Amino acid sequence: MGDAEIIPIGTRGRPGRGTGTQPSSAARSLAPTPRTKAQPKAPKAGSKAPTKKPSQPDAPPAPAVDDTPVIETPQPHAAAPATTRERHPMAGIPSSDWLSAFQYAAREVFGDQWEPQLARFLAFVRRRLTGDYVVDEYGFDQEVTQRFFMATLRPIAEKWFRIEVRGVDNIPTEGGALVVSNHSGTIPVDGLMTMVSIHDHTGRFLRPLGADLVFRMPLVSALARKGGATMACTEDAERMLRGGELVGVWPEGFKGIGKPYSDRYKLQRFGRGGFVSAALRTGVPIVPLAVVGAEEIYPLVGNIPGLARVLGVPYIPITPFFPLLGPLGLVPLPSKWLLEFGEPIRTDEYDGGASDDPMLVFNVTDQVRETIQQTLYSLLMQRQSVFR
Amino acid sequence: MAGAGKVVLVTGVSRDLGRKAARAIAADPGVARVIGVDVVPPRGDMGEVSFVRADIRNPVIAKVIAKEDVDTVVHMSVISTPGSAGGRNTMKELNVIGTMQLLAACQKAPGLRHLVVKSTTTVYGASNRDPAMFTEDMEPRRAPRAGYAKDVAEIEGYVRGFARRRPDVRVTLLRAANVIGPHVSSPMTSYFRLPVLPVVLGFDARLQFLHQDDLLAVLRHSVGNDIHGTFNVAGDGILMLSQAARRLQRPIVPMPGFAVGTLGSFLRSARVADFSPEQLSFLTYGRGVDTTRMREVLGFEPRFTTAEAFADFGRLLPVTGGRTDKVLAAVARQLPDTDVEQPTSVVEIGTGGGRRG
Repeated sequence: MGDAEIIPIGTRGRPGRGTGTQPSSAARSLAPTPRTKAQPKAPKAGSKAPTKKPSQPDAPPAPAVDDTPVIETPQPHAAAPATTRERHPMAGIPSSDWLSAFQYAAREVFGDQWEPQLARFLAFVRRRLTGDYVVDEYGFDQEVTQRFFMATLRPIAEKWFRIEVRGVDNIPTEGGALVVSNHSGTIPVDGLMTMVSIHDHTGRFLRPLGADLVFRMPLVSALARKGGATMACTEDAERMLRGGELVGVWPEGFKGIGKPYSDRYKLQRFGRGGFVSAALRTGVPIVPLAVVGAEEIYPLVGNIPGLARVLGVPYIPITPFFPLLGPLGLVPLPSKWLLEFGEPIRTDEYDGGASDDPMLVFNVTDQVRETIQQTLYSLLMQRQSVFR
Repeated sequence: MAGAGKVVLVTGVSRDLGRKAARAIAADPGVARVIGVDVVPPRGDMGEVSFVRADIRNPVIAKVIAKEDVDTVVHMSVISTPGSAGGRNTMKELNVIGTMQLLAACQKAPGLRHLVVKSTTTVYGASNRDPAMFTEDMEPRRAPRAGYAKDVAEIEGYVRGFARRRPDVRVTLLRAANVIGPHVSSPMTSYFRLPVLPVVLGFDARLQFLHQDDLLAVLRHSVGNDIHGTFNVAGDGILMLSQAARRLQRPIVPMPGFAVGTLGSFLRSARVADFSPEQLSFLTYGRGVDTTRMREVLGFEPRFTTAEAFADFGRLLPVTGGRTDKVLAAVARQLPDTDVEQPTSVVEIGTGGGRRG
């Protein structure tokens, strides 16, 4: 005698926590029905069953689901709430649950009309798998462009760059037209964004003319052709314009896209004016486009000419983030973009031999270039800051 | 001569296409006689065509032309692979020297009125700088340095020279796209007969095909009509290489370009497939030709589009892939029928198939 009774803190009685044989007194006080002795062989299962239900966490509120877990789950020991038994993961979930879960998921993804929606989706996938689609003579795959490329690029255009488009009315709703734009941004993101913006605002597909480097690079070449691009050469440009396509051209080329950040918004030389003679020959209007914002996505502060020459590319960019942060440096800065389409420059008023008059071609080229440069300056004045 | 009908000489009849072309021309009511010429006798049925065993590489051919009073020569004896001829040197000799001798003989034949040469769109080459569609006036962006493409370029040069020297002879140069058909054997068809198609990683070539029947029809058409000039002949439309493989339900294996080339030469030496070196650039970049002139000047309309010709070719091939599609088809059958939008394509192929089987 004389020894003090040792009471473990927090249990007020016998140690019982976590042993698995005896519930702790805290648990005992929580239990709705007081029990006399431990290890009852026939526990009152009905009251305990709902505590086991989390094994079916997101079960749909279908009637079949409500009672099945009670039947399927092993009768819980009221005395041993923490124990679980090893089971085969698939054994406990009956097929009816799977079906209802699948139906629930299908409703979540495709909405109430999920069956026709899913059928349509499957038809699309099967059409792709069996090659049962058409491409045009340039390799343009309208279905995949509309459903996949545009859908991927649209959030970038709308949410990341918050593109604001002005002067959409200047794009002809039908017939051939030549969109001439400034080029910037180290990687031709501006071309992609222009394609998305034009498609979303007018419903037309912009058919970009790309440098031959584009068609030499693996993957890029396949994607470019599928997305509607073709080689920037007189033959293709005129063929597309005659076919009534909306053709996009970036006459600055690599000089524009790979210029240092300090030269931003200064238009480079506009090639040899080949795009003007193509427009003159086909008599389509030239729509000047000024893009503000693309200069800031990858500020080009340096170049590795030696490596570029070895790899056969025009430049290897160094941006404040690019080689430094590795792949993370490829994330473009979220600058605010403004796209302004200018008044179309008509070319059908010139007479037949106009495209063979170099002076006229140079004059029209300069006119287009000046229009874009002036629009760039005015847009820059209106812009509050690079990112807003 | 003209009243009694034409006397046509067809070269290269030992091969299947040449023999069929000779028979197709013989079936024309305006043609009185067809003489088939080759070094070896043809294997199949020649019908009304009379066969003369002569080598176009030596001057005997001139005697045949003079003796038979030939007024139309159809030159079909341009072979694309060394496999059948027995080596690249023989092939080049057959193609280039044979054409030179034949043209020399033609130049000496006063009665000759018409020369039809079956050339190929391979003369345009295939490179990343190509325009989307070649018209007849365009040159290849890179001059071919070796092989079939160079042979054809030289042959066309000789044909142009002949046309200059004999302005009284109508010269029709037909640049046919890859000829395809259930029984055609060519580098292209043997490629597509492989159970698994090696493709160049990251590139998707644009392909154009001409059905065998259309080739025979255009030869017959140009023999029967007084039209001269150079014409691209191809089926309408374009198929991408990946699309073609999916339509055939063939699995594809993308690999770098050099690996495809190595595999191709291995297959050639193993005699599994006739894989020609210029095929590699074709399978990388592809090629399209403009057929406006064929329609408007030559007045010929192919019966098969590119896709239909390819479907006809794939009809008899065993399926080696397409399991994914079968699974999807099974799922689709469980769903109720809905107004599923119909595919816009004109061709339907079998029960469908998949690329990754």
